[in-house]
Amino acid sequence: MNDSHDQQPDIFSGLWATAKRDLLLAWKRPGDVLNPLFFFAMVCTLFPLAVGPSAEQLEFSGPGVLWVAALLATLLSLNSLFLGDFEDGSLDQMLVSPQPLPVLALGKTLAHWLTSGLPLVFVSPILAITYRMPWSVVPIMMVTLMLGTISLSLLGSIGAALTVGLHRGTALLSLLILPLAMPVLLLGANTVSLAAGNDIYTTGIWALGAYAIASLSLAPYATAAALRISNE
Amino acid sequence: MWKFFHQLASPPHFYRLAATLAPWLLAPGVALIAYGVYAGLFLAPMDYQQGDAFRIIYVHVPSAYLSVMAYMIMAISGGIGLIWRMKLAHAVAAAAAPLGAAFTFLALVTGSIWGRPMWGTWWEWGDPRLTSELILLFLYFGYMALRGAIDDTAKADKASAVLALVGVVNVVIVHFSVEWWSSLHQGQTLLKKGGPAMDPGMLYPLLAMIFGFTLLFGSFLLRRVRTEVLYRERRTRWVREMILSPEGS
Repeated sequence: MNDSHDQQPDIFSGLWATAKRDLLLAWKRPGDVLNPLFFFAMVCTLFPLAVGPSAEQLEFSGPGVLWVAALLATLLSLNSLFLGDFEDGSLDQMLVSPQPLPVLALGKTLAHWLTSGLPLVFVSPILAITYRMPWSVVPIMMVTLMLGTISLSLLGSIGAALTVGLHRGTALLSLLILPLAMPVLLLGANTVSLAAGNDIYTTGIWALGAYAIASLSLAPYATAAALRISNE
Repeated sequence: MWKFFHQLASPPHFYRLAATLAPWLLAPGVALIAYGVYAGLFLAPMDYQQGDAFRIIYVHVPSAYLSVMAYMIMAISGGIGLIWRMKLAHAVAAAAAPLGAAFTFLALVTGSIWGRPMWGTWWEWGDPRLTSELILLFLYFGYMALRGAIDDTAKADKASAVLALVGVVNVVIVHFSVEWWSSLHQGQTLLKKGGPAMDPGMLYPLLAMIFGFTLLFGSFLLRRVRTEVLYRERRTRWVREMILSPEGS
């Protein structure tokens, strides 16, 4: 990434630099990464306690519970996506930098997904097994969660950018993001349920993939626009 | 032609235009609704399957249609405000949101009341349209909450316009994903739209109600935009001059 025509670094250097910086920050403060994971595990624990431990019931509700818990855990970590940068002024630097803002926003979202979505994907099998999910379904659930959390991080970045300057952000952010996230939840959880019922589940995977690609190509622009509006 | 549009965008001009226009929408709207209510409740024949319960469509269908219509108005005028920096468009978006939410709520409540005798339940998650409508209501709530949370009006306008535009894309996706989802469940046999052909005696009151509701909505929207314009322009000279002039309002 050292080509220096007109001292204008190519767009990927901005993307990697932003993502690397956020990953480094997350590495220095592992609590920020671990807390949503604990939250995820705890929400998954709440349901058997509330609805009873009967095996059929757990098997039946497992995909839905895991998906709802993953959605809530992602929401929990979204609030701080732009907050630190907003408070210490790095966000202003991003806004005035010659790099295109959507790319920088994408870099931050990528780091967010790597530190929140991806760990969830790898923790989920442990919880899925406690819900008696068959082994053959576990990889399918991981694929849906992987595709779904990409979309959730990208959608969430729009909401985080819209609410970044506001001090009563958390509840508002959930209010903005949850209706947008409902299709992802619906596709994800039901795809896993279909797979568990030995039904055709590939439609759901394709739809989730399509959703992820669509949000990957559109959401960074909305996030960039929202960041500019929030920092006027 | 262009002069007309430029004048339309000027707040004082629109303020006066809306004042003259609003009653002209209201009067035929009320007349159409009065006819629709009478004809729908007393003249229209009973449905051979649903009995008298079907008559709630005379409120339900116009509300459901306006709930989507208002969202489109809100998003399109938000987009116009973002792209062409037209302040009036943002005022229209701000005024449309509570009306749209009210119609969405009305559509949900009437649908639920109709569902009780028809499906034997107040709420049926398996019906895609009910679920989409509920998510639409949540989108309105989010939009209004974001507006309420930002003190600076110009900033609130732009931020909520971005949200409304993201929401438009989502409304479509919600519609299709919910439809896919409900097709996994047991199909709704009762939910075929009131039969293939509708009796004219049933149809005309329904059309009257749809047009009547739309005119009523237009009139309310103009009134709300007037209030919104007046509030937003409260520090300008034309508002002060108008308030202080002997004719008042």
